[in-house]
Amino acid sequence: MNNYEIVVIGGGPAGLAAAIEARKNGVKKILLIERDRELGGILQQCIHNGFGLHIFKEELTGPEYAERYIQELITMGIEYKLNTMVIEITKNRQITAINTIDGIMHIQGKAIILAMGCRERTRGAVRIPGTRPAGILTAGMAQRFVNMEGYMIGKRIIILGSGDIGLIMARRLTLEGAQVLAVAEIMPFSGGLTRNIVQCLEDYNIPLFLSHTVVDIEGQDRVKAVTIAKVDKNSIPIKGTEKRFECDTLLLSVGLIPENELSKCAGIELDKVTGGSIVNESMETSIEGIFACGNVVHVHDLVDWVTEESKRAGKSAAKYVKGESTGRYKVINIKGINGVRYVIPQLLRVKNITESINLMMRVDNIYKNIKFIVKGNGQKIKEIKRAHVAPGEIETIKITLNELTYRDYNEISVEIVKEEA
Amino acid sequence: MFDVAVIGAGITGTFIARELSKYQLRVLMIEKDNDIANGTTKANSAIVHAGYDVLQGTLKAQLNVKGNKMYEEVCRELQVPFKRIGSLVIAFNNNEIKLLEELYKRGLSNGVPDMEILSRERVLALEPNLNDDVIGALYAKTAGIVGPWELAIALAENALENGVELFLNSTVTGIKKIKDFYCVKAGNQDINTKLVINCAGIYADKINDMVSDIHFKMLPFKGEYNLFDKNAGDMVNTIIFRCPSDAGKGVVILPTVHGNLLIGPTSELVDSKDALQTTSEGLKFIQQHTKLTLKGINFGNVITSFTGLRAKTMLHDFIIEEAEDALGFINVAGIDSPGLTAAPAIAEYVLNLIKHRLGNIQKNEKFSSSRRPNINFMELSVEEKRKIIQKDPKFGRIICRCEGITEGEIIDVIHRKPGAKTLDGVKRRARPGSGRCQGGFCTPRVMEIIARELGIDITEVVKDGLDSYILTGETK
Repeated sequence: MNNYEIVVIGGGPAGLAAAIEARKNGVKKILLIERDRELGGILQQCIHNGFGLHIFKEELTGPEYAERYIQELITMGIEYKLNTMVIEITKNRQITAINTIDGIMHIQGKAIILAMGCRERTRGAVRIPGTRPAGILTAGMAQRFVNMEGYMIGKRIIILGSGDIGLIMARRLTLEGAQVLAVAEIMPFSGGLTRNIVQCLEDYNIPLFLSHTVVDIEGQDRVKAVTIAKVDKNSIPIKGTEKRFECDTLLLSVGLIPENELSKCAGIELDKVTGGSIVNESMETSIEGIFACGNVVHVHDLVDWVTEESKRAGKSAAKYVKGESTGRYKVINIKGINGVRYVIPQLLRVKNITESINLMMRVDNIYKNIKFIVKGNGQKIKEIKRAHVAPGEIETIKITLNELTYRDYNEISVEIVKEEA
Repeated sequence: MFDVAVIGAGITGTFIARELSKYQLRVLMIEKDNDIANGTTKANSAIVHAGYDVLQGTLKAQLNVKGNKMYEEVCRELQVPFKRIGSLVIAFNNNEIKLLEELYKRGLSNGVPDMEILSRERVLALEPNLNDDVIGALYAKTAGIVGPWELAIALAENALENGVELFLNSTVTGIKKIKDFYCVKAGNQDINTKLVINCAGIYADKINDMVSDIHFKMLPFKGEYNLFDKNAGDMVNTIIFRCPSDAGKGVVILPTVHGNLLIGPTSELVDSKDALQTTSEGLKFIQQHTKLTLKGINFGNVITSFTGLRAKTMLHDFIIEEAEDALGFINVAGIDSPGLTAAPAIAEYVLNLIKHRLGNIQKNEKFSSSRRPNINFMELSVEEKRKIIQKDPKFGRIICRCEGITEGEIIDVIHRKPGAKTLDGVKRRARPGSGRCQGGFCTPRVMEIIARELGIDITEVVKDGLDSYILTGETK
């Protein structure tokens, strides 16, 4: 059995930031485990720019953003293993992992930080009818092929879903000479960032069909045609609105799912809305000493927020292994209601808050001129005005220690209220 | 000159070929597709039926019950997953209880052992996720589940190792009788053979018409399915059938041998033998009918949908006989349900027809009934895992995260007989890409391994059929 103070699972932006922050907080024996052949995670295939605007105040590409943390990790001498797959975690923080060099490894961590990221929702999960030819792939897989392996995946392309990866790929494939015929989105609004709609679709005259979905795929060996149709407000396709496109490729950008198979195997409690683990203010899961951060907790819009959240996880894990444990203080439940889908963290222990805490949340629709109302035990703690909120963009509300300790709260809620005209 | 040419390498074709490899015969399997088990065998309910459902006195009844009994042995010999988990036909009213009694009686006369009619309490104890208004069920303990394409692939491998030959990508376009043998035109080859066995599934009528003036027509009946994530695999413990009613048979709900949940099929006569698409109507039908049977099922856990075509005829029974006007041409047609169950018995039955035609045939003394063990890394003990990685480090590299499939396993199935040459071929044999992410992460890696092992360029790696290219070239 190998013993470490902290074992970080996942070497993407979350795992890197968590490991670095733990070292900065005095933890010596850290191991980071990455299943891919390099560190950096999905950032390595995101060769477009726009990363780091908040943290570094400059526009970096994905690999550049990742490289800064990779270099820091290496400079600090933090141990890491590539091409290594964790196959089991127990609630006692024992890890089983394998690779080609060490074979099977049993590792004991005083603390574990989960940073496995997310995976893409597939055609199966959204049950798109039609044949099953080659040429149907998720946007992330296409991104890997094009940006990392150097291969094109099609010539005439339809994209379903206007999440950020789908939008980015619409532009990328166009630049590579493919024709992106249309982007269809089942919701009446895009799930991606506004800047991506402008820079990736509008700038290239790629039509975006809102309230549309794919109703048929044709082709036996390779995709020959894709038919989209308008949907009603219950997302049911409307007969007579079909548009058929002859094409060879259907790209899917239909959502991301936190990858929590290992968390389930350890018995960690998951949130039904986020698909990630339930965490407290320290990013600690329902199992003491197991922390989580990044897209494995909830799918983020910007990597900057992943980094910020992961630093918190790294710092908390450091405190935990040094015995400055956060203890069994009173726990406040936090929940999103009336238009707020979820709030991270779901649990909060005021004793662990030094100055303030950022609540991160996603809304369920596009709203204009609204107020977020934060309530404690049903009484208003604070309100924040917003001119425009959208499901694709994470909202953050800062709550100060003073606001939290004004009364003895058991429950905090965040909701949306329309501003009076 | 071949002694026997088997047209079609699905479950019946491969069972027959393997059976014939026990004798000193020169046998050839001819397959139109790029891989074996690529038609109905890869898209069906994967059930080994008990045999109470089929009408008494039919060939189906005889071969179903017999075939069911043969499954343990062949699956043990070839190391193919098979589980005798039992089946329930569930009833929701008294009319349906009467139907159960009829099925029970039919089962007895068909010779089905180990059947029992269960009370509501016992049904719910066995299957707590069934809707509470269930009032009874027919329990048949001998029903089971199997990996159909894994079985066909294993049978083919075993047959090939015992001397059978295989031509892939060889569509049969004509068969001519020449004196006392046949000349089969397949792909660009002319194949001379004494006997022809027609196992062409939904194309069996086309093959028959090349030789015989006694016609039958294949009626492709489409069946759509949903396959669920393993997290839904324990929703049921047995195979759950609804009572047949005027509104049809509803859907069957069962766990697969790999621990997923499978629900389907729909049933619809289609006019095309290429009608392999799923439809929104079909998927809606599955969802509605599942909710009549099961509580708390989440269709967000579906990982894939697929369609298969049943090889039905108007006769409602198997056609397994030598064509009257074409001696030496044997039809094995109309093999719809319970065809998978009956397949081992069909092979024996066909062997007897062949013996009748060829006279005394010599046993193949070198026949080996087993194949090189299949490696399933995740099912090995820690010690075995350690050993195999030491021997070959490629078993230490997990390629498919969802199913835990190693590079070593993928390389193994590429170099077996008949080896996997395509993405789907690897998936059917070793399972990378059959998990919840459906190849989202592992597809580029698996393609890289296929290209390297076969010495081809990655852009030449196809999904399944020859024209199912995945990459269109290099980037700028």
